[in-house]
Amino acid sequence: MLSSLYPEVPLEEKQRLFDLVKADPRFEDYLYGCYECGICVAACPSARFYDFSPRKIAQALAREDIELVYEQMNDDIWNCSQCFSCVRCPRKNNPGGLITIMREVAVNNGLKTTKEALAGYTRIIYKIMTTGTQVSPDMLQEDAFPDWGPQVKEVATHLDLWRRALPPETLHTTGLSWQVEERTMLELYTIWKLTGVLDMIRELDEGLHDIMEEVMDDALEDQGFAID
Amino acid sequence: MNVEEIPVMPRGTKPETARSFVPDPEHAPDEDLREAIWELGREGEWIVQPVPEPYYEARTNYGRIKKIPFQKTWHHKSCGQCGHIPGYSTSIFWLNRFLGFDYFDPRDQTSCTAWNYYASATSNQVAQAAVAMRNFSAAYETGYYPLIHCGTSFGHYKEVRHELVHNHDLRRQVRDIITKLGRPFVMPEELVHYSEWMYAIRDELKSRLVYDLSHLTATVHPACHYYKLQSGDAIYDPEIYGGQRTAAVTAVVQSLGAKVADYSTWYDCCGFGFRHILVQRDFTRSFATLRKIEVMREEANPDVVLTHDTGCVTSLDKSQFAAQAHGRNVGVPVMSESQFAALAVGAHPFRVAQLHWHSTDYRPLLTKMGIDVDKAWAEFQEDLAKIERGSMPYLTWEAVL
Ligand code: SF4
Ligand code: SF4
Repeated sequence: MLSSLYPEVPLEEKQRLFDLVKADPRFEDYLYGCYECGICVAACPSARFYDFSPRKIAQALAREDIELVYEQMNDDIWNCSQCFSCVRCPRKNNPGGLITIMREVAVNNGLKTTKEALAGYTRIIYKIMTTGTQVSPDMLQEDAFPDWGPQVKEVATHLDLWRRALPPETLHTTGLSWQVEERTMLELYTIWKLTGVLDMIRELDEGLHDIMEEVMDDALEDQGFAID
Repeated sequence: MNVEEIPVMPRGTKPETARSFVPDPEHAPDEDLREAIWELGREGEWIVQPVPEPYYEARTNYGRIKKIPFQKTWHHKSCGQCGHIPGYSTSIFWLNRFLGFDYFDPRDQTSCTAWNYYASATSNQVAQAAVAMRNFSAAYETGYYPLIHCGTSFGHYKEVRHELVHNHDLRRQVRDIITKLGRPFVMPEELVHYSEWMYAIRDELKSRLVYDLSHLTATVHPACHYYKLQSGDAIYDPEIYGGQRTAAVTAVVQSLGAKVADYSTWYDCCGFGFRHILVQRDFTRSFATLRKIEVMREEANPDVVLTHDTGCVTSLDKSQFAAQAHGRNVGVPVMSESQFAALAVGAHPFRVAQLHWHSTDYRPLLTKMGIDVDKAWAEFQEDLAKIERGSMPYLTWEAVL
């Protein structure tokens, strides 16, 4: 049965996105057809929690069901927990890896549902891309993690002191996980710029992109780092 | 069928089967990448950094030998460990010092950025490989060998290595970037996870035990990204589950004298989800407690849950508070095997294992181990007072060894 959830999107656009997924160099290595055995589903944590199935992902891609793949790129891929339990597939498929590729294409093409799925997450993108570490001790705030109990408040209250009570010298930080040298950070910015990752962010969140670009360009310029 | 209805007997790590599995490298379903890595080295594609001697020889999934360095290790730290559960990394460093090993804790290191990649896909294959190779290059330039703290970094780097070996174009693009940074293009001979290093030193630790742990039961959560990604390159041991499950963590805990109990959902992930743990934790909380902690409790009633990855410790520990509020059958402390091992050989629970960063009550476990929790906490409070007064700027290594 053809998916009819996104009739307003022309078939050509769906085909274009599918072709981008298929053109990824990893695609061939991640999909060899599908037995429909469901072993991946049995192993999948997200399938237990959501209306979600790695088997359907592998199936839709293998059958080149353009409509269904488009629907999955909007409604399914962000449910995956990227645990890769599904790689026990007897056909040697990697449904989780296929989802990574579909996500990349979704971000690169600014899908509305992707922007929604990542709406609360963009501050983390800023953190990892500008500091080189994904999370920081000062993110442990009661209002951000109310479900983690009173211990989070304890950490937040004593943060500075508790960080100084860590023997490894590199961990005397609150704004990033460990001390990262300036040159290291600049090299990371260079990588983001040379590989088009910064441009990718523009598709997702233009404001975030502009802030990050300014931070990176200023830092690179100050230190005379040239990127051609 | 409910999980409760599955008749699983609390048992150890001996499989209840007469069949035995003898791994044969000749019949491995994947190739040995390391040969290709040396070959590419000989062709001048990259510099291969050899594992420093002396090294331990461990067996991987298909019976191949993997070299695990003891010393001269460059510590590729983990975002979540250093940021939110710093006793994890501190214990790894402390164990190195305790054994008198030479190691290096770099500042010229970034995250592998895979947490972000698996959460948001805001990156691409070339960028991810460039980040990995920049870090490897930084390690090489110090003369120390990468030891990777995070299970996700380890798994992701194994994926990257596989892609770089097989994809000439990718190799070229990444080499151009690394060259532009003025760095050498280097691939380590082996990718080594710290839990493999723990496996290699398990007998050393056993000979230095301070506490008798024979009355303790642990359940082990094997980290997905450690052994599911590029599954051939993870440590297996015929003594542990007949070589059918990874021996990482379990072999160490057994060497320390504690009992490891099995449970039916061992293959399930912890529920971390990368994006979910940060912005959609209803999934994480439910999965971590209903599919992992409660099942462990019902089937094995462990004193502690031990694992070897950042995300797993975080999800399994922090998710229990909300479940407890709902009266669920949870309440088991969670930590890395590095923290548990450090405690077992005499490390301080707060100065080294830094358990005050953990959420679920760990005090009953410490008491059962034979550690005086109140005394240890009072000692730590004194340290804090000294830092506050300014008579000690930081808690130093000298003060904790
Ligand atoms: S990677 Fe995604 S699809 Fe695969 S088992 Fe994990 S949650 Fe399911
Ligand atoms: S395990 Fe593999 S072959 Fe079986 S349904 Fe899933 S993708 Fe298809």
